Amino acid sequence: MPDFDLDCRNLVKRFGTFTAVDDVSFSIPRGAFFSILGPSGCGKTTLLRMLAGFAAPDQGDILIKGASVLRVPPNKRPVNLVFQHLALFPMMSVTENIAYGLKRRGQRRAEITRAVGEVLERVGLPDAGPKRIDQLSGGQKQRIAIARAMVLDPAVLLLDEPLGALDLKLREHMKIELKQLQAEFGTTFVYITHDQSEALVMSDTVAVMNAGRFEQVGTPEELYYRPATAFVAGFVGDANRLQGRVKAVGDGRTAVTTESGLELIAGPPSGPVRTGTAVELFLRPEAIACGGAPDGAGNRLKARVEDVLFNGAQSRILARLPSGDSIEALLPQTGAAASLKRGAPVTLGVAPEALVLFPK
Amino acid sequence: MTASRLTLWLLFAPFLAWVLLLVVIPHIDLLILSLREKVAPRVYETGFRNYADFITSSVYPWTLFRTVAFSLVTTAVTFVIGFPVAFYIAKVARGRRRAALFLLCLLPFWVSEIVRVFGWMMILRETGLLSGFLQWAHVTSGPVEFLYNDAAIMIGLVYTSMLFMIVPLISTIDGLDDALIEAGYDLGGNGVTVMTRIVIPYAMPGIMAGSIVVFMLSLGNYLTPTLLGGKNGQWFTAQIYNQFITRFNWELGSAFGFILLITSTLVVWLLLRLSGQSLSNTLGR
Ligand SMILES: Nc1ncnc2c1ncn2[C@@H]1O[C@H](COP(=O)(O)OP(=O)(O)OP(=O)(O)O)[C@@H](O)[C@H]1O
Ligand SMILES: [Mg+2]
Repeated sequence: MPDFDLDCRNLVKRFGTFTAVDDVSFSIPRGAFFSILGPSGCGKTTLLRMLAGFAAPDQGDILIKGASVLRVPPNKRPVNLVFQHLALFPMMSVTENIAYGLKRRGQRRAEITRAVGEVLERVGLPDAGPKRIDQLSGGQKQRIAIARAMVLDPAVLLLDEPLGALDLKLREHMKIELKQLQAEFGTTFVYITHDQSEALVMSDTVAVMNAGRFEQVGTPEELYYRPATAFVAGFVGDANRLQGRVKAVGDGRTAVTTESGLELIAGPPSGPVRTGTAVELFLRPEAIACGGAPDGAGNRLKARVEDVLFNGAQSRILARLPSGDSIEALLPQTGAAASLKRGAPVTLGVAPEALVLFPK
Repeated sequence: MTASRLTLWLLFAPFLAWVLLLVVIPHIDLLILSLREKVAPRVYETGFRNYADFITSSVYPWTLFRTVAFSLVTTAVTFVIGFPVAFYIAKVARGRRRAALFLLCLLPFWVSEIVRVFGWMMILRETGLLSGFLQWAHVTSGPVEFLYNDAAIMIGLVYTSMLFMIVPLISTIDGLDDALIEAGYDLGGNGVTVMTRIVIPYAMPGIMAGSIVVFMLSLGNYLTPTLLGGKNGQWFTAQIYNQFITRFNWELGSAFGFILLITSTLVVWLLLRLSGQSLSNTLGR
């Protein structure tokens, strides 16, 4: 049996008739960074609260290091939670905040002082000890909240959108730092977020959650390049969406007519389709060749540049097809970009594999 | 003076007038009166004889000490009873139940203090409800007098002060994020440690605000100790009343008034020092 730190089996949580978490199972190997990614209200916090022990599942089991913890109260579970708004104790200093958990364990004073100093060192704030919580910056609070949980050396650290309260710049910075902290501590992280870039950048494994269920569990690459469901394709990364019907199914190719009348050749369908099946197509902006044509039997779409959305290396063009569809494509980082001005004609080359197809 | 300044002054005028007329001027008057010594009919000198009389008396300092001690005990009892109630209303009860409970705390204050005290007298007197019940249950053979003792005073004071403890407590505990309580448990705390390490320190400003108000109200209360304590009441306010009304010794009465003011200020200051709170952070919330 592999070495799982956390193993959840068929977890269900209902509020009245509403099912917030619906038959969720997953297991996380030791030391992994596991993210749960999903839109607001999909049940992420509910799931995390069950893991921490603040809510009891209606069905299913939670095993930590192989033992069921359903009957273990939150203060005895070997997991710690970093709260969405951190929940640092405002009436205590940084040192007292971190020492709180150690004192509850009845450790000796000298030992507590040493452990607090050590963990502060590790999160890069060796001198913050005597400060009050309201004297810390947002990023520092973040690190203290993690230090307060990590000093207890939990088997699993649960983090509920801990970067949600920070501004964009700091969030980008903390993303990398958090990943480094996790690697340094070697603790299993369960990280909740609705921000896909956080999940993709930091995680070893990501579970995409929607309406209480796990849609797909996989590495960031798998989710991005091989989404299992239409929801994942739409939620992870940016994509142009097109609705259509299957015209013909061939070997590894699917011919589709969109609702606007566009004829497209797409890759193999993810799911059972027949001629006439209503489908949804996803096309990533960076998979479109502006001006250039793909080799072989690709789609060549004539369009007109409607707008250029400048954003440095992430700049895009908004192209309008004669059918009326508008498509976002990544602006090439070559000389060809210069000719792509508003109103200019452009040919969009799309390889069939880039068009991901799901039956509706 | 700019227009906005003027507006500010006008807005503050009633408040200033109130403080000036009802607090500052009477106290200056009281101070002057208390420093007058009667040497002969209608002949006065300035001096500290009234204060000396207080200190050398065998009764007055004891009464003051008793009053302060009882007020402190009242404050403590009110806190011990009020805190769980406030915690329940602020954190456990939800929606309509919460509103109903709060109203229940407020209800006794819809009648005047004298009616409330008479209510307690009906219960505690020799022919009252409690005595009657005990006889009916054959716990005692004859009627028992529960009035006119220290416990009766305490009951009355706690009852009268309860709201003033509960309201500031509710408002501070209400501001405590549930996540802090959960974090307290998550990091290994149990019910007791979460209460003593997180909830109570967090609620400290409210606790002190409630305690100061309850202490001052008890110290300055006249009606409740007099009616429920009777002759044995020995409340300091009764001594002041005696000097002013019965003995017609306004000079000594004023000195007593001033001594009470200084004592209560000292005790409040001491309480704040001991709890590590400042007046602005306690009452400025
Ligand atoms: N105590 C509760 N009683 C009833 N419904 C609840 C309760 N807690 C959560 N829910 C419902 O369960 C669903 C999931 O809530 P949850 O807090 O887990 O969402 P979330 O994924 O964490 O969202 P967000 O990203 O906004 O924090 C929501 O629709 C919410 O209304
Ligand atoms: Mg949430």
